[in-house]
Amino acid sequence: MSMNTALEMGENPQPGEGEAQYLTFLMDGEEYGVDILRVQEIRGWDSVTAIPNSPPYLKGVINLRGSVVPIVDLRLRFGLPPLEYGPTTVVIILRVEHDRGERVMGIVVDAVSDVHNLPAEGMKPPPDFGGAVDLDFIAGLALVDERMIVVLDIDRLLNSGELAPEGDAP
Amino acid sequence: MSIDVSQFYQTFFEESLEGLDSMEAALLGLDTGAVDLDAIHAIFRAAHSIKGGSATFGFTQMAEFTHVMETLLDEMREGRREVTQEAVNLLLNSVDLLREMIEAAQAGTTVDEAQVGEVQRRLEAMLHGEAAAAAPVEAAPAEDATPPAQAGEPPAAEAPAAETPATDEEGPAPDPAGATTGWRIVFRPYEHLLRTGNDPVRMFRELGFLGETEVTLDDSRLPPFEDMDPEVPYLAWTLVVHTDAPRDRVEAVFEWVEGDCELDIQPLGGADEATSVAADPHGEAAPEETPEATAAEAETAASGETPKAAPEAAAPDEPAAEPAPEAPAAEAHDEPPAPQAASVPEPAPAPAPESTPAAERPAAPAPAAQPAPAPAAQAAPSPAPPSSQPSTQAAPTAKASPTPAKPKPAARPKGDAGSIRVSIDKVDALINMVGELVITQSMLSQIGDDFDAFDLAAFEKLKDGLAQLERNTRELQESVMRIRMLPISFAFSRFPRMVRDLSQKLNKKIELRLSGESTELDKTVMEKIGDPLVHLVRNSVDHGIEPPEERLAAGKPETGVVHLNAYHQGGNIVIEIEDDGRGLDRDKILAKAVERGLVQPEEAAQLPDERVFDLIFEPGFSTAEQVSDVSGRGVGMDVVKRNIRELGGTIEIASRPGEGTTLTIRLPLTLAILDGQLVQVGGETYILPLVSIVESLQVDPNHLNQVAGQAEVYQVRDEFVPVVRLHQVFGLTPRSERLEDGLLVIVEGDGQRAGLFVDDLLGQQQVVIKSLECNYKPVQGISGATILGDGTVALILDVAGLIRLAKAPGLRTPREAAA
Repeated sequence: MSMNTALEMGENPQPGEGEAQYLTFLMDGEEYGVDILRVQEIRGWDSVTAIPNSPPYLKGVINLRGSVVPIVDLRLRFGLPPLEYGPTTVVIILRVEHDRGERVMGIVVDAVSDVHNLPAEGMKPPPDFGGAVDLDFIAGLALVDERMIVVLDIDRLLNSGELAPEGDAP
Repeated sequence: MSIDVSQFYQTFFEESLEGLDSMEAALLGLDTGAVDLDAIHAIFRAAHSIKGGSATFGFTQMAEFTHVMETLLDEMREGRREVTQEAVNLLLNSVDLLREMIEAAQAGTTVDEAQVGEVQRRLEAMLHGEAAAAAPVEAAPAEDATPPAQAGEPPAAEAPAAETPATDEEGPAPDPAGATTGWRIVFRPYEHLLRTGNDPVRMFRELGFLGETEVTLDDSRLPPFEDMDPEVPYLAWTLVVHTDAPRDRVEAVFEWVEGDCELDIQPLGGADEATSVAADPHGEAAPEETPEATAAEAETAASGETPKAAPEAAAPDEPAAEPAPEAPAAEAHDEPPAPQAASVPEPAPAPAPESTPAAERPAAPAPAAQPAPAPAAQAAPSPAPPSSQPSTQAAPTAKASPTPAKPKPAARPKGDAGSIRVSIDKVDALINMVGELVITQSMLSQIGDDFDAFDLAAFEKLKDGLAQLERNTRELQESVMRIRMLPISFAFSRFPRMVRDLSQKLNKKIELRLSGESTELDKTVMEKIGDPLVHLVRNSVDHGIEPPEERLAAGKPETGVVHLNAYHQGGNIVIEIEDDGRGLDRDKILAKAVERGLVQPEEAAQLPDERVFDLIFEPGFSTAEQVSDVSGRGVGMDVVKRNIRELGGTIEIASRPGEGTTLTIRLPLTLAILDGQLVQVGGETYILPLVSIVESLQVDPNHLNQVAGQAEVYQVRDEFVPVVRLHQVFGLTPRSERLEDGLLVIVEGDGQRAGLFVDDLLGQQQVVIKSLECNYKPVQGISGATILGDGTVALILDVAGLIRLAKAPGLRTPREAAA
């Protein structure tokens, strides 16, 4: 699967004025969104090479056309109950920015859902709910067809904690 | 059509730095005072092209400085000046300074004016050492406020006549020859001029800076439209510049087309004739250029006189722009020998000397005889054979110009990290290889298309195809890798200079021998090994080689020898630094080590030599107080060792007191590929670098010992090594916990040994190293990753890191036992 697949799923691929496109995916019944410009591609789940002494949510690394790309299980990262990987389990490959550059990382999610155009003003700040997701990782909440979409700040999410680049290891 | 000149900066810098390197090498070769004309010519040429380039690109400081240098070199070249040690030293200093200037220019800054002025003054002082009267005059272009000398002595005249290199807008230097009110320039390009990359527009614009310019176009040579070659300049111009600028300023504008055009520069009005002759005491120079000049002038002057103020406005653009779109024969590259053929041979003896050299060798005692060889050497091929010249000259330029244009370094490129110059052979080999690969691939896919599992013949063919594909791929990989490979002479080249300087400073006599300079290694490795090598060579010179008296007293030849050698061994490059000096002093090192608590006094005596010598790599084992009293500079030996280790290499010392020391550095040829041993632990495959493996063995329970109940040590012959269970360190479930069921790989990293317990050894293979940090972060015990044949990722083990990790608290692993 490629990025085209993701784009074709949206009914409205051209974002209008003041809008941004988001790829949404499902996890534990909730719908999350990421900025589609950060999505490099979508792949099916494939086996990974584990990194020793790494946090459980870091599933390992895969070979993405010659570069070594870490894969993060987003359920585990958010502390959601793990789900056996199935045929709809996908890996979304994202470009993650940090102070010193850009990294390519993958997130494992239950299933890809849709592509939505969301107006910037339609984005609400997240309420202080005691959810599983650390508020820091949420860019905002948006309503689409009465459904709530949690828009993630992937830079914060994937550069936090033990995923921080140049961590404590020498 | 305006060209952004800055895109050529990087090429200019690179070429200039290369030129400086060759200057330095040639200067070092000159040392003895024996005059090697070829070497002097080489030095001169390098200085000349740096001067020209810097002037073209507007690096005035550099241009002025090289000009003085060039003048000095010119005198040497013509045998008018002896090549003294002092001069060589000064020129070497100048080379250093130029290098600084280029580096500064690369960074967009300039070198301190005072610093430049200082060396420049010394050059000038030397230049006029024999004719003191001339000194103040020559100083004039250097913005020295000294009063102009009365032009009495012949050499004095040399100064004003010497060309001012700057082609920029700066006001003309105060110059007696500049008393003219202007110049009439007849400029008639030869047909290949555009192909040399020169553009009349730029030259005319340059002239425009000198003063008001009138341009007369001569289009008499313009052929009928259908015969026109758009790359040939058919036009000729007569330019009248009203300026106070001296002749050499005008000549400087045409410096680059010397030999590519007919050029005649005549003063406006007769007044200048007198000054020009006065300025040039050797009247012969002037007549020499006149006959041809007048002929040319008569020819062009007749052709019309339409005054035009803005030079670049109309005329010059025409040859390049206008004919191009319409001429259908644009691509026909066959040289139309018609219009110019007649005019080319005519100026054969004259054109080269007519512009630059006239200014460059004003004080030549025998102008008639001298100029002939000199310009031939510096201006490319002589224009005499008209057919060959355009092709030879056009070829290199044509090849060179598209290259720098491509990368378009709009931002000032930092350092030299970005580019390498690659020999064409290597690229060609690569292209061939890719061709082969494509063929093999298509062959395989064809077989695949009509593959029948039961057709044994087809199956055989498929297997053959696969084997071929594998071979092609491997060769392709090697070719690609070779592009990054450079001969180690790049790293060695700095040593002749360094050893020479150091030995002078230390009053030692040292001969540096280089061998194996063509041994190739990866550019990255080369860059990183440079500093450690410098340190080691300096140590050899500083601490190794004794002063001459001491050597003589010891019955050794007065001149010490430092030998740098490089060769390939297996997948490694070995660099040896050998000196025949006094050798390491075991007792002194031991005393120091005991004092620092690195060695217990009681064990000092029986410590083997190599262990003792290894001590000098300990941090804090300062070189200054170590073996000699001569102060060492820069990094310590521990840093040297660390750098080498970071490159995946090793360093060994062998030394005999009184006979010398040999340092042997082993480095991987490249950082991109590694010879690896695949090992298996708990279902995971890891790669152990072959260099870190000492041996692998089946565990004999009798040799296994427990220390303090927990720590396991294994006896390998007379040595005890701690056992590191990889599965424990990495938190995996092994096939079996019993050491007898697996294998113990004795590894060495960071000078420590350990027995790495793994489930199994798989094959050995070369792996391409991929970074983990790139998308993740460094992981302890892992140095990187690679991709195996089946497309999966395997991690590469970092032995030193693993040993550290195993020792870390919290892991139930044996502590290191006393060795």
